Amino acid sequence: MSDIIAYLPLILKGMLLTVEVALLSLLISVLLGMLGAVAKLSKSRIARTLAGIYTTIIRGIPDLVLMTLIFFGGQILVNNVGEKMGWEYIDVSPFMAGVLTIGFIFGAYMAESFRGGILAVSHGEIEAGYAFGMNPTKVFFRITLPAMVRHALPSFGNNWLVLTKTTALISVIGLQDMVYNASNAGGSTRKPFTFYCVVAFLFLIITGVSDIGLRRLNKRYSVGVRRE
Amino acid sequence: MDIQVIIDNLPLYFKGLWTTIILVASSLGIGLCLAIPIALLATAKKKWISFLPKAYIYFFRGTPLLVQMYMIYHGMGQFEIIHDSFLWTIFKEAYACALIAFALNTAGYTGEILRGTIEQTLFGEIEAAKACGMSVPMIYRRIILPSTFRRALPAYGNEVIFMLHGSALAGVITIVDLFGAAKIVNSRSFVPFESFITAGLFYLCLTFLIVWGFKRAEHHFHAYLRPREN
Amino acid sequence: MTASVEALKVESLHKSFGQIAVLKGISFEANEQDVISILGSSGSGKSTLLRCINLLETPTSGKVYVHGELINMRETTSGERRPMDQKQVERIRSKLAMVFQQFNLWAHMTVMQNVIEAPIHVLKLPKQEARERAERLLNRVGMYEHRNYYPAHLSGGQMQRTAIARALAMEPEMLLFDEPTSALDPELVGEVLKVMRSLAEEGRTMLVVTHEMGFAREVSSRVIFLDEGLVMEDGSPDKVFDNPRSDRFRQFLTGTLK
Repeated sequence: MSDIIAYLPLILKGMLLTVEVALLSLLISVLLGMLGAVAKLSKSRIARTLAGIYTTIIRGIPDLVLMTLIFFGGQILVNNVGEKMGWEYIDVSPFMAGVLTIGFIFGAYMAESFRGGILAVSHGEIEAGYAFGMNPTKVFFRITLPAMVRHALPSFGNNWLVLTKTTALISVIGLQDMVYNASNAGGSTRKPFTFYCVVAFLFLIITGVSDIGLRRLNKRYSVGVRRE
Repeated sequence: MDIQVIIDNLPLYFKGLWTTIILVASSLGIGLCLAIPIALLATAKKKWISFLPKAYIYFFRGTPLLVQMYMIYHGMGQFEIIHDSFLWTIFKEAYACALIAFALNTAGYTGEILRGTIEQTLFGEIEAAKACGMSVPMIYRRIILPSTFRRALPAYGNEVIFMLHGSALAGVITIVDLFGAAKIVNSRSFVPFESFITAGLFYLCLTFLIVWGFKRAEHHFHAYLRPREN
Repeated sequence: MTASVEALKVESLHKSFGQIAVLKGISFEANEQDVISILGSSGSGKSTLLRCINLLETPTSGKVYVHGELINMRETTSGERRPMDQKQVERIRSKLAMVFQQFNLWAHMTVMQNVIEAPIHVLKLPKQEARERAERLLNRVGMYEHRNYYPAHLSGGQMQRTAIARALAMEPEMLLFDEPTSALDPELVGEVLKVMRSLAEEGRTMLVVTHEMGFAREVSSRVIFLDEGLVMEDGSPDKVFDNPRSDRFRQFLTGTLK
């Protein structure tokens, strides 16, 4: 017990980093997801094909492989480009590589959620927007988007829960998140099981809090929906 | 791009491919065997029966696979009772630990898929079975489970793909699976693009195979959902 | 040729769901070869009565005898009534085949598989025999051509005829019909009623919860009218339809009963 208390600040510091990574990746994934969803639903064949390739790569290649590729490969790429452009040396940190990879991965899943949400918006509501003289952009931002949130929320929530767990992978490329810190604490106290239990528990807390938050959001966005 | 490095290391990749396939297949097999009783118990009406399986599902779905794997691979040595007994011959092996962690993990996810599907079995179909005089075990064996397996197929296909992706973690604890092979190639010649993209392509092919396999299976088992062919 | 073996006897059957009493003391007997139509407005408890007979619902009190055999009940420690012997319930159910309003065919099985399922696995009939029996019955209900179809590919009338074949394949002592035509489109009702009429004509014992007045009047040998959980009329169709004792039944017939 005293071991846990001694190392708890370190692990909680790691937890903060985990949450930070998760939120930043979420931001990226939502932006990419929007783009992806619009591309998937667009009339342009090129956009649809690109979005299709994006989804296929993400569904086909493990997150860990993508992350290591971006971490090691990204460094080389940045160095090469930097040399030509005469930049100063830029270090690709595990943090950057992690956030970018996770954002990139979940962008594909978000695209699928958003696409489903958009398709679920009733055609009549969209048509009504046009009937009142809105242009396509206005219809999208004023009608489709707000109405889609409710439909996309459940799978959005699911993606977020999976995303938070995926952040654990960044410890593999050296980010000092809570898993990394727990490994160290477990190593020096010779009680690795205890510390991994602590981390597992903290993940369950993140999941639990998210669950409550998502349920609230769901309630808020279901206002005006008749429950049978 | 340095193709030669990849060609030179192809045998290593194929070795890794084989390890990945065996590891994933055996985890899925064991996991499915565990998932069925877990799902059945989790659907029990009595709270004291459904509590433990539900807690199991909650834990394995709520925490990262990496942490679960570390708990088994690094964690078990903490206990003298394990460290000083025959069990240590199992838990000191990275391969066995990965297999245990993956099987327990997929059992949680599969258990949840099956639980949800069992609960969605149409009440009328169960009632018809009761009205014919079927006993409860028979209703499960003949009506609920066959119908559940069919309806769970698409979700289980996703789980198989996630398990394949998750199995890359084995490479983190020294196992030479596909990811492990890529790591070795990268550290030997520092060619991150070549090494990891090659592994990625292997994974991509495996994913396609799985998707194709499940499409076939769905075609076969979902005949009752398809529009009539004539 | 009136056989007078008592096929079914129900004694002061009560059933409540929580605070709501649905059946408030129902008693009646059915002899072999009786075709009894059970009428009543929705909420009168007629489906519940049928479901209490084969124990899909557990009666709150009262006795049910099937061919003279009492279905034993016991009380749990929490005061709930449960069947004493699940094996007895299963045996009795295999003798009382049920046809449901919503058909309740097993969606993952073909028409043929639906019909042979229970004979093979409950009655332990050899496969070949079950198959022959099923073919004969499917022919009879006009579903033989469709024997390899899945339920999702059938019309409501076809599904209900399959469900009837499934019930007949148990060679039951009594057939229970729970509003068999209520979920059907009007133009499909006829084909199902035709099958039911032919079953009545061959002397099957049938208990039919229905809204089909024509069937009740012309086909059944007896009519029972339930209202608010009590038997209000019980007698031959002529007697009940021509000289109803209760105002409630008169209102029911003229459609003014809410």
